[in-house]
Amino acid sequence: MVDDAHILSPATKASLESQLADLERKSTIQLVVATIPSLAGQDVETYANTLFRHWNLGQAQKNNGVLFVIAPSDHKMRIEVGYGLEGTLTDATSKLIIANAAAPRFKKGDYDGGVSRAVEDIITALTVDASEWKPQMKSESAPPLDIGNYATVVIFLFIMFMIWHISRRGRRTGGAWVVPINMGGGSSGGWSSGGSDSGFSGGGGSSGGGGASGDW
Amino acid sequence: MPNFDRLRAPALVLALSLSLASCGVNTIPTLEESAKARWSDVENQYQRRADLIPNLVATVQGYAKQEKDVLVAVTEARAKATSIHIDANDLTDPAKVKAVQDAQNALSGALGRLLAVSENYPDLKSNANFLSLQSQLEGTENRIAVARRDYIGAVQAYNTELRTFPGVIWASTFYSRNKPMAEFTATPESQVAPKVKF
Repeated sequence: MVDDAHILSPATKASLESQLADLERKSTIQLVVATIPSLAGQDVETYANTLFRHWNLGQAQKNNGVLFVIAPSDHKMRIEVGYGLEGTLTDATSKLIIANAAAPRFKKGDYDGGVSRAVEDIITALTVDASEWKPQMKSESAPPLDIGNYATVVIFLFIMFMIWHISRRGRRTGGAWVVPINMGGGSSGGWSSGGSDSGFSGGGGSSGGGGASGDW
Repeated sequence: MPNFDRLRAPALVLALSLSLASCGVNTIPTLEESAKARWSDVENQYQRRADLIPNLVATVQGYAKQEKDVLVAVTEARAKATSIHIDANDLTDPAKVKAVQDAQNALSGALGRLLAVSENYPDLKSNANFLSLQSQLEGTENRIAVARRDYIGAVQAYNTELRTFPGVIWASTFYSRNKPMAEFTATPESQVAPKVKF
């Protein structure tokens, strides 16, 4: 929940926050609502997809994130759906939610009502599928050390051992050993969160442009 | 005492291959495979669009029989676009990439005209099936745009690796047969999804 355009009342924000947190706790789906001051000349599709990937919404294996972007000054909105939810929250459903729940209320200036109603509908659409609704083991904590780093260390030690053994035989002195340089580099997590008031962390999910956009 | 002489050769090979691997000898094939995978994403989305079209044409036909020219144009453009395929190994051939691109652009244009004439039929515009197809088509156009953008990024990474250090060393030795992939130019008309008004 990021309200950078400051169009929502504190009460609505609080209620949305708890709904979104509830959804994530029960189904691991990460639904994020972001209101932005301006699209800065980009189209809403590109903006939403870039933001979605920047935040890595949804879990890495399931890609179960949804991003609802509202740009009041451009009169544009978009529901961007992660790969894993494209079958549940289809383009047609997203379009219906935008056209029926959000757009008419936004037209009247009722952002609180429009966003709440659209989020309700999105959650309903997402949770119709019961299998998504089972409580799941959370794997939220940052991954420990990259397994590749361990492997590199083990292989490195093995090579050093071999070198030691061979050189101990004394047959070969001063050979041109090429010591492997680890260029892999530890990947440092990958999630960066958005604004300071955002209470979510992406889990590494991605989106391929599913969802729908609309204006009002 | 075991005979370590026999172990020396494998150890050398292992040490050498590992040091090569960590110096980026794998980068070129990795990027190449990645670009090919992005290409198959693009083709996948083109196929998805092609699959939606027969249903769309049938729905429009029910309401706007007189728009025969436009309907025939879409059907023909679809047939042409689905008949041109490109093997992932031919992505280095600019002519073949361009042929695919041209056929898909022609289909985008024909679809745009079909949706534009649909505006003239209020009954069609309020048909639930048509509305659902429209939103799916819009979604697919957007997925195509995203897939194309990803592919362009992957090709850029691959082509850059072929020409910069240390990739250029491997490109001129181990992978001398690897050529840069054709740039997939984004034409303005294909970037703009057919406009649909509600």
